[in-house]
Amino acid sequence: MDVTATERALLAALADGLPLHPRPFAALGERLGLSEAEALETLRGLQERGVVRRFGVVVRHHELGYRANAMVVWDVPDAQVEAAGRVLAAAPGITLCYRRPRRPPDWPYNLFCMIHGRDRAAVLRALDWAAESAGLREIPREVLFSGRRFKQRGAVFGPASAGEGTWTSSTAAS
Amino acid sequence: MDELDRRIVNALQGGFPICERPFAVAAEGLGIEEATLIARLAALREAGVLSRFGPLWKAEGLGGAVTLAAMAVPPDRFEAVTALVNAHPEVAHNYERTHRLNMWFVLATETPQGIDAAIQAIEAETGIPVLNMPREAEYHVGLRLEA
Repeated sequence: MDVTATERALLAALADGLPLHPRPFAALGERLGLSEAEALETLRGLQERGVVRRFGVVVRHHELGYRANAMVVWDVPDAQVEAAGRVLAAAPGITLCYRRPRRPPDWPYNLFCMIHGRDRAAVLRALDWAAESAGLREIPREVLFSGRRFKQRGAVFGPASAGEGTWTSSTAAS
Repeated sequence: MDELDRRIVNALQGGFPICERPFAVAAEGLGIEEATLIARLAALREAGVLSRFGPLWKAEGLGGAVTLAAMAVPPDRFEAVTALVNAHPEVAHNYERTHRLNMWFVLATETPQGIDAAIQAIEAETGIPVLNMPREAEYHVGLRLEA
């Protein structure tokens, strides 16, 4: 997907967030030498093409009181993984769900999901419900609770571009 | 955080209008004044509840790449290896987890080749193999937490 220099500049300018100003896109455009209409049009174009997947607030789960998170991984037969993933993704408490490659012998798991909760007990209750609803109760799994968090930021893609909620596409581990 | 803060966070995680006066539109949906919404968002950002307020985009859409990587780090080397790994700007975030594979981090690079280069560099610096587990399918978009 080609991204123009203007689009990159706009995304870079938005890396720190939208200006908290009544006319934020006018303020943003001013910095980049664009009119408000041009800034809006550029952003809408990015959204229509799916480069920008959503626009909104990014919360820090820890500060919001979600002190526990687990990455739960499953070894689901390949023929079942998509159906299981779809059900799992829709279960309460599940924030992300991905299929990833197995890495035998160290790592036999191919379905990954993240569960956030106020504490570990809440995470495990959500897991119980999700496993039941996705038909995964008998499927081998492991629960990896998070310990220390060392870094959490949007990824940076060099001086001309920036950002991505690692919260979404790359947030496998959050 | 009070009740209004919670409503704001819950409402705006789902999306934000892209238009001339987006705060006015969002404020109307919440039944508050535009200036109130802006002031609340500024305070939430100041308090660290919001890390960012803006677009989330796909690294792949910009020609970049993202992967999840894991390492089995000997406990007595954990601090030192953490420092080596986190020194790489490609490491977006890094979590300790309860498993023999105890270090899990996300790599985001400007090009797909950058992932291999970063992994090779980390393996060379630490002497520990890195398992690369890129996303093959995604079953859900968006992280949404009730405040």
